[in-house]
Amino acid sequence: MSRSVKKGAYVDAKLLKKVEALNKSNQKRVIKTWSRSSTIIPDFVGHTFAVHNGNKFIPVYIHEAMVGHKLGEFAPTRIFRAHPGIKKEETTPPAA
Amino acid sequence: MARIAGVDLPKNKRVEIGLTYIYGIGRSSSQDILKKAKVNLNKRVSDLSDEEVASIRSVIQTDYKVEGAMRSEVQLNTKRLMDIGSYRGLRHRKGLPARGQRTRTNARTRKGKRKTVAGKKKAIEKK
Repeated sequence: MSRSVKKGAYVDAKLLKKVEALNKSNQKRVIKTWSRSSTIIPDFVGHTFAVHNGNKFIPVYIHEAMVGHKLGEFAPTRIFRAHPGIKKEETTPPAA
Repeated sequence: MARIAGVDLPKNKRVEIGLTYIYGIGRSSSQDILKKAKVNLNKRVSDLSDEEVASIRSVIQTDYKVEGAMRSEVQLNTKRLMDIGSYRGLRHRKGLPARGQRTRTNARTRKGKRKTVAGKKKAIEKK
């Protein structure tokens, strides 16, 4: 079920405050955040976020087309390299 | 024979069902269309009069996106997801389910026919 319109899109309050401060002072700085569940709102466009993926921070530059998605969608949490076992026989995938 | 929005004409079915053969029309939009065109949805496709076909056609033309237009819209949507580099886009690129379904088993619709990987037993033995 989708979120009630009355409440508006979810954005972490602290994150929103930081973005607003940057917008006011017309600055661009990378904002580190763990708030993967925050929705990208139009105010975010043009900023770069360092979104935590559980291991490190992935830089995400926000385009207009990303509005409405969540920050976490752009910082994948899983890395798939190759299936074990296929390694020795044919193509050697990039090793871990 | 009724030919609506290109190449569609199942004969002996009720119109309500027959319309769903058009890409972009399912049961509920089919019912909507027939209500707007004032056609009895239990009628067989072959029994439709020319006027009824015409009115259905005009309703679809004005209010609905079907066939080619619909296909390109869907394609554009997935392309957008891929271009912005979102997780769903990545899944589309890899041909895996995009909505969090399990892929350990099943997911055959997206993954296609099973490709068996041989030699799994030996690998364990060696180590």
